[in-house]
Amino acid sequence: MSSPDLNIRHVARLARLSLTDEEVTTFEGQLGRVLEHIEHLKKLDVTDVEPTAHTYPVFNVTREDTPGTSLPREAVLGIAPRAANNLVIVPKVVE
Amino acid sequence: MDLARLTISEIQEGFRAKTFGPVDLLRTLELRIESAEPKIQAFLSRDFQEALKLAEHADVSLPLGGIPIGIKDVINVKGQPCTSASKILQGYTAPYDATVITKLKAAGAIPYGRLNMDEFAMGSSTENSAYQVTKNPWDNSRIPGGSSGGSAAAVAALEVPAALGSDTGGSIRQPAALCGCVGLKPSYGRVSRYGLVAFASSLDQIGPFARSTRDCAMLLNAITGRDPMDSTSLDRPAEDFTAQLGRDLKGVRLGIPKEYFVDGMNPKVRATVEAAIKQCADAGAELVEISLPHTEYAVSVYYIIATAEASANLARFDGVRYGKRADIPKDLMDLYQRTRAEGFGSEVKRRIILGTYVLSSGYYDAYYLRAQKVRTLIRRDFEAAYEKVDAIVCPTSPDVAFPIGERANDPLKMYLADIFTIAANLAGICGISVPCGFVEEDGKKLPVGLQFLGKSLDETRLLSIADAYEQASGWSKEIAPL
Repeated sequence: MSSPDLNIRHVARLARLSLTDEEVTTFEGQLGRVLEHIEHLKKLDVTDVEPTAHTYPVFNVTREDTPGTSLPREAVLGIAPRAANNLVIVPKVVE
Repeated sequence: MDLARLTISEIQEGFRAKTFGPVDLLRTLELRIESAEPKIQAFLSRDFQEALKLAEHADVSLPLGGIPIGIKDVINVKGQPCTSASKILQGYTAPYDATVITKLKAAGAIPYGRLNMDEFAMGSSTENSAYQVTKNPWDNSRIPGGSSGGSAAAVAALEVPAALGSDTGGSIRQPAALCGCVGLKPSYGRVSRYGLVAFASSLDQIGPFARSTRDCAMLLNAITGRDPMDSTSLDRPAEDFTAQLGRDLKGVRLGIPKEYFVDGMNPKVRATVEAAIKQCADAGAELVEISLPHTEYAVSVYYIIATAEASANLARFDGVRYGKRADIPKDLMDLYQRTRAEGFGSEVKRRIILGTYVLSSGYYDAYYLRAQKVRTLIRRDFEAAYEKVDAIVCPTSPDVAFPIGERANDPLKMYLADIFTIAANLAGICGISVPCGFVEEDGKKLPVGLQFLGKSLDETRLLSIADAYEQASGWSKEIAPL
């Protein structure tokens, strides 16, 4: 049973994830059942209930704006899949 | 004396009396690992020579001096692999230490080995690891629980005296229960998450596994505290979490939530937990029946919020700055899509899809916002309960360890394995699982866990209660067949 609203291919594109036809079919069935299960949340009256994004009320936490040590450039570039001239290399983005 | 059997406090007595030293301990553990690993497969990797160097120079006067601690593969240790049991991080070497590792090292501990887990901590059985399936030390045909299954199995199989894991919906407490060790999820904000590969940022918390409550308290002492690198870590007055250990249960008010004893749970597990609760009463605890009326919604709320947050957190794995990159991409979009398709396993893809969907335009209010509102109701349930009781006592898991493969193709059934642990993460409170007896299945003894849930930042009392039960019952002394 799949949810009529859940367009797996569209969502996968949003998530920058390519899926095989087989994965689309499997996920449709499995996530359809999960979505059916979570339907019961709609029974609850949540008018005037504040949403909880975070369980401990801390807001706008900032730290002193003082320079500290960062990771060395070589350590960071050293773990990139491709790097040269102190830059990470990616396929051409602009024509 | 088999050094591998000792708890941290027992090891320290030996170190300080000079009966044995950190090098003796590490060598004993390494032999133990070599003999157990072919069956258990808890470790993804380990560097014995590196650990040996640290053991040779260990300062045993420090709080955890010379104690080897296994590390779930989701926490960065400088110079070691950190794959989160995913192919997308194969070959990645951590360039820095997570704050918990900096703190463990400052306390003299030796981070030892990378422990298996469900990929990106998504799962309840450790079967979702891209590398290997860890086995339960009590019955090698069964799962160790998850997602920190490697941490639980390594501690239960005497490969390390303690380990770190992470708990987003029960990933410390559930495997601790199924492997028969003690596992603590601290309150949200207690422990810095800097250097933890993020899964669901409003739920994740790092915590310890050990073979006693006291050892967990000692580890929490070492890893807690405000960290400028994690703005959700709380600035709290210093506390010694071992301060109230060794007390009894007289006058302690324990709440029993009726919603946590449900049809469909393993009746033998239920009977074992009920007997354990009776033992708490016999030891002087006052039992109070309570209700957490929104319990039935917790799993649904969790799978909306956790997947939504995961879909955002896992956007960083794009093949650009670290980890795997797909070969010969034709453009940037192709690089993203194929890197992620090749690098992520099924469960991770499934959760990214669900999380992206519940956040997508037109569905956000119906799913994500509504789930956050129900999360408020769940949080209020606990607040009301803690006006009447000091802690809540309930099962950690509705079942014992299940056979490998049994739930692998039924994600919903797998998700429901977490029904008793998830609400604590949604409410931000602390929880601990301690061994409370055994159930026999197919001729094998399988451990059952008793869960205590304390209010937010009430770890000192939670640990005191769990320790009192542990001392009264003695179950944590049971060791898996070697």
